[in-house]
Amino acid sequence: MNLVIIKYNAGNIQSVLYALERIGAEAKVTDDIFEIQQADKVIFPGVGEASSAMRYLKERGLDKVIKELKQPVLGICLGMQLMCRYSEENDVECLGIFDEDVKYFGKSALANHTFKIPQIGWNNIYDLKTPLFNNIPQNSYTYFVHSYYAALGSHTIATTNYILPYSSALHKTNFYGVQFHPEKSADTGERILQNFITL
Amino acid sequence: MLTKRIIPCLDIKDGRTVKGTNFVNLRDAGDPVELGALYAQQGADELVFLDITATVEKRKTLSELANRISHHINIPFTVGGGISSVQDVNVLLQNGADKISVNTAAFKQPQLISELANEFGSQCVVLAIDTRKEDDGEWYVYLNGGRTKTDTRCEDWAKQAVDLGAGEILLTSMNHDGTKQGFALDITKTLSVQLPVPVIASGGGGSMQHFVTVFEEGKADAALAASIFHFKEISIPELKQYLFSKAIEVRM
Repeated sequence: MNLVIIKYNAGNIQSVLYALERIGAEAKVTDDIFEIQQADKVIFPGVGEASSAMRYLKERGLDKVIKELKQPVLGICLGMQLMCRYSEENDVECLGIFDEDVKYFGKSALANHTFKIPQIGWNNIYDLKTPLFNNIPQNSYTYFVHSYYAALGSHTIATTNYILPYSSALHKTNFYGVQFHPEKSADTGERILQNFITL
Repeated sequence: MLTKRIIPCLDIKDGRTVKGTNFVNLRDAGDPVELGALYAQQGADELVFLDITATVEKRKTLSELANRISHHINIPFTVGGGISSVQDVNVLLQNGADKISVNTAAFKQPQLISELANEFGSQCVVLAIDTRKEDDGEWYVYLNGGRTKTDTRCEDWAKQAVDLGAGEILLTSMNHDGTKQGFALDITKTLSVQLPVPVIASGGGGSMQHFVTVFEEGKADAALAASIFHFKEISIPELKQYLFSKAIEVRM
């Protein structure tokens, strides 16, 4: 299988590559448009800031390429957020694959210091849908690091509660996105990556 | 619910795990990658690898270690020790580190924190603070692995660093480190309730009850320990079970 990780200016690409290696999958890291289009599966990772990532993608024409992919695509963390319609992070229009908007966890939560932002650590995922979560028990723990979240919507396929319930995974046609880091979520994460590979 | 995190810390010198008492008298406890993988398997929530000799000896050989770790370990890990530039961090992240911790270099050049946060995001910038409570009752920042005292209060530095973009605070009490008499609850709580970012308590964990106390009274988001894990005085599964029985949210 021809598995491609989209290379762009957002971290954790190596982590995803190594996680795939751990489960015996070979992937190629590339920003070559043809290679991305020809791949059987595409992973769109990312840790970083939304507006600079969008700018980078647009400069290279990758924004249009990603939107038009027909094979299974998995966005991770910022990758998932960029697949949404809009992000409050520096007020940026995103790819618009998912209708959901990306919002800041909120100053109000910070005011009383009940919650920390970013959310850093292990939280449960529930209301799991689609084969991406085959053999993943409800309330499994996955690892999150983020200050912005995708609201619940019609494309939500996993929910997590932090300050409020939000989309920890989204799905529309061939596009999947997860807010957590499967590449860092121990055995659960490896199983989810395996599920994506065998979709 | 977001869980409290248990973080074994592997102090590294010459590629081996070591742990001193109050930062002296180092003891050898094995291969860091092997040990880290074991902890991950046992349910550790994250790992921290600190090259404790790096700041003084100016060594920057952590990237090779980061690379080995990320090939073998499926939980997040932080790397620290002698990190003083955007380039240092870039190399470590490229080699699979999830976060980096900065200490002395950030204190000497606070703009390093904002540069790192702008370049890589706050989520990967952990500010490590070594602090000691002095006779005047105040907690002061120490540098160079606890060798150099400053006149800056821990609280003030932590606030400034968070304003600059630090995403997490790793707080080590030098008064408690190596004593196994429990964590520094007062300063941990002070920082944790005042700062909008997570606080990792470090130094002094000796019994399972100490972890309960640092989460409940110290309001820590995570607790870090080294030798009690390395020398099998407390096992991670046993600790998590205990925390669970005390109604503390943990990943089982």
